[in-house]
Amino acid sequence: MSAFGVLLSAPADSETCTEIGSHLGNGCQFPAPTAAIFDWAPLATYHLFGVPIEVTKPAILLAIGTVLILAFFFVAFRKPALVPSRTQSLGELGYTFVRDQISREVIGKDGDKYVPFLVSLFFFVWVMNLFSIIPGAQFPVTSRFAFPVGLALVIWVLYMFLGMKKQGPIKFFTNFMFPPGLPKPIYVILAPIELLSNVIVRPFTLAVRLFANMFAGHLLITIFSVGAWYLAGPQVLGWIGATGSFAMTVALSGFEMFIQFLQAFIFTLLTAVYIGGSLHAEH
Amino acid sequence: MTVSHMLAFAAVAAEETKSPLLPNVSELILGTGAFFLIFFVLAKFAFPNIKKTLDERADKIEGGLARAAAAQEQASKTLADYQEQLAEARTEAAGIRASAQSERQAIVEEARTEAVTAAAAVTSRAQEQIAAERDTVATSLKREIGELALDLAGKIVGETLSDDAKARATIDRFLADLEKQAGQVRS
Repeated sequence: MSAFGVLLSAPADSETCTEIGSHLGNGCQFPAPTAAIFDWAPLATYHLFGVPIEVTKPAILLAIGTVLILAFFFVAFRKPALVPSRTQSLGELGYTFVRDQISREVIGKDGDKYVPFLVSLFFFVWVMNLFSIIPGAQFPVTSRFAFPVGLALVIWVLYMFLGMKKQGPIKFFTNFMFPPGLPKPIYVILAPIELLSNVIVRPFTLAVRLFANMFAGHLLITIFSVGAWYLAGPQVLGWIGATGSFAMTVALSGFEMFIQFLQAFIFTLLTAVYIGGSLHAEH
Repeated sequence: MTVSHMLAFAAVAAEETKSPLLPNVSELILGTGAFFLIFFVLAKFAFPNIKKTLDERADKIEGGLARAAAAQEQASKTLADYQEQLAEARTEAAGIRASAQSERQAIVEEARTEAVTAAAAVTSRAQEQIAAERDTVATSLKREIGELALDLAGKIVGETLSDDAKARATIDRFLADLEKQAGQVRS
């Protein structure tokens, strides 16, 4: 029971204080959103070789996002012209952004082979992030840990495979475990750390960074949305609080737009760094 | 707070909360599958097209730039050529003008000399003619005056001075006197 609740009205019973019915005015406690808001009950469950495939809200958003990405690039790049149409220009902007700002910047000219992978990755992550603030969807698909984990696994496999292919199956590991020019005893400590860092920590942090950012962003927006709903009431104080809370929701949505792009960019950039590290042993 | 969130609250209320750090197997499969679908389809059908177009465009632009540079070079070369030719032509024109000037002077000089010579010839011829005429006139006058004087003298004297030799001597003497008088008058 909040302090304001005591001041403004009599304590309410548990029947009134449902999540939708809770208001400052009727003396209910603030129904703070928990991690439970990221749990979606499956609308249907199918079995694929005994593995349950659940149709949840994130799964539906995933499907919509996939179709949108495919449709956009199909329309944009179906019949590319030297003098591009508007849609083609827009697609080119995205393609060349990833190619020039990420691939060529990090890997170099020989990274051009991986541009299709990086462009797909960037737009996949970005669109799945964007659902966070799209009215009706309002849920970042990437805030479900499984999606970043899936991507990180794919990237990890690519990273390992390319590294072992280009540098040799043993040399790839020894190259980052034993960087030249250090006193011998240091390697006793450094080698295991480097191995752990490159093989286990890298994919894990890649997945967690994206997940945690989107998770936290969604939680924040939800808290202020719920706050606005909770504070709204017949009292002047309540309306002021509700307005402020709602303004915060709007401001956070704008901030989230930036974070969504940034996280997609960082995710793709780090992937490029890993691919670059596999192609040329530098450290 | 949106309707979907409210529904979410209602939906999950019954279930117990799972840790958000436990990847859901269904989502893992769906997410990876969706990414691979996007990657393979785009890498096969969309990106090769655009890569080709972008390369072509870059080629065109670079080719265009190279062509422009070549044209520029050609133009400046032509300009230099023209300027050189123009300078040459100017020098030539100046030379022609100078020679024309000297030639004209020569022509004028020649014409003048010619004219002076011609004039001198005309003058001398005229003087000669005048002199000849004067001589003729003088001779005929001498004879006429002599005859007249002879006639007159005959009439006065009443005798015929038929002796030609005598008469001629007389006339010559007379004429010499006349000339002497005339010479005195002239001087």
